[in-house]
Amino acid sequence: MTDLKTTPLDAWHRRLGARMVPFAGYAMPVQYDFTGPLADRCRGGVLAEHLHCRSQAALFDVSHMGQAMLTGAGVAEALERLVPGDIMGLKPGRQRYTLLTNEAGGIIDDLMVANLGDERLFLVVNASRKDIDFAHIPGIIPIENQALLALQGPAAAGIIGVPLSFMGVAETHIAGIPCTISRSGYTGEDGFEISVEADRAEALADWLLGHEAVVPAGLGARDSLRLEAGLCLYGHDLDETTTPVEAGLTWVIGKRRKMSWDFPGGAIVRDQLDNGAPRLRVGIKPTGRAPAREGTAIEGAGIVTSGGFSPSLNAPIAMGYVSRDLAEDGTALTLMVRGKPMPATVVPMPFVPHRYVR
Amino acid sequence: MAKKPADKRYTKDHEWVVLDGDIATVGITDHAQEQLGDVVHVELPELDREVAANEACAVVESVKAASDIFAPLAGTVVEINETIVEDPAIVNGDPEGEGWFFKLELDDPDAFEELMDADTYEEYLETL
Repeated sequence: MTDLKTTPLDAWHRRLGARMVPFAGYAMPVQYDFTGPLADRCRGGVLAEHLHCRSQAALFDVSHMGQAMLTGAGVAEALERLVPGDIMGLKPGRQRYTLLTNEAGGIIDDLMVANLGDERLFLVVNASRKDIDFAHIPGIIPIENQALLALQGPAAAGIIGVPLSFMGVAETHIAGIPCTISRSGYTGEDGFEISVEADRAEALADWLLGHEAVVPAGLGARDSLRLEAGLCLYGHDLDETTTPVEAGLTWVIGKRRKMSWDFPGGAIVRDQLDNGAPRLRVGIKPTGRAPAREGTAIEGAGIVTSGGFSPSLNAPIAMGYVSRDLAEDGTALTLMVRGKPMPATVVPMPFVPHRYVR
Repeated sequence: MAKKPADKRYTKDHEWVVLDGDIATVGITDHAQEQLGDVVHVELPELDREVAANEACAVVESVKAASDIFAPLAGTVVEINETIVEDPAIVNGDPEGEGWFFKLELDDPDAFEELMDADTYEEYLETL
């Protein structure tokens, strides 16, 4: 794993029994083989880490993601030239999910934008799209030497103890360590994302692990959790050829933005909203127990873009794109899994209900 | 030539084979289950299926990926372990015991000798 970048928690992961894999140019933990007291909390592995997050709390290192600031008068207005979201209407202390779109209405990246007040916007973008995004957004200031941790699960709020509602954001201290914290995540659970100085990341991670309910969890569980929550993974469920309408993300378009459609690809997105998109992202429930993985063909309909096994439902789940006439809930599909036809059904998402605290 | 049941052999695809008379029991090694991660689904061959050596005849799906299981030797499927279909976690918990996959009546029991013994398999793992 030479040439891979490391996160500020690299040594910490290895000490705790992580299996490290390359992901978006970083050495990242995919799962853990716990020993000692952590093994008493959780046996480790994707299934156990996933279920621990749903029942208690899991700590993810997501420091590979891109963090950046936009500052100065008029930053919200400037960012609105690149995204369909209402950024000018985003109040201080609030965060919003939005999309960078291209002239064809395709998605360059999906990202979080937080208003920290005083004309400061804090952005979190996908690791794999950092370079592209930062070149695309004028005046952006990438934040180096900052870790990003996510504490997710029903026990998270009691540990963090910062009074925020879902998508609230604050610059505060946890365990005496300064950090920027938002009540958000990528698991469908209540939880927090915590941006902290790289030098203090281990101290914060250790403090969080000091709570009986918490175990670290790797990218494997992060992926199965977000799939159960019906959340998109860039490069898989979203790319520069998928539009917000096709992806089922029209809710990100601000009400005011729907008057003017003045974001990149706005006319195309508007047309798809009025007249229908050629294909739509849907939830897919295969029958039987064999997972239908990414790339599985859906006969005469489309393709699976994310698929795997749901630990919560103890059954395979998937999402993918199908032609519009086959996107209705309950529609029967045929997946070609390893050359064999497998019946499946279009189902609503999320597969597991979100438990956000609004 | 009768073999001791305890005589266990291995393949480069990380299957283990135990021979009893001309019946070979086949499963995946502890190393294999360790690499696969949590097993969530297993597909076993049909009974009476005749398989060639190295023919893909079963599938093991973990949280990460699907992997083929190959017949280590040519033969006929005479028994399959339905228990691991119902509870795939057994493959992780006891891969070289309760987690066996299928039994083959070998076309040529002597071919068993050509598979790797435990020491050779250990050495092979170190080259990976």
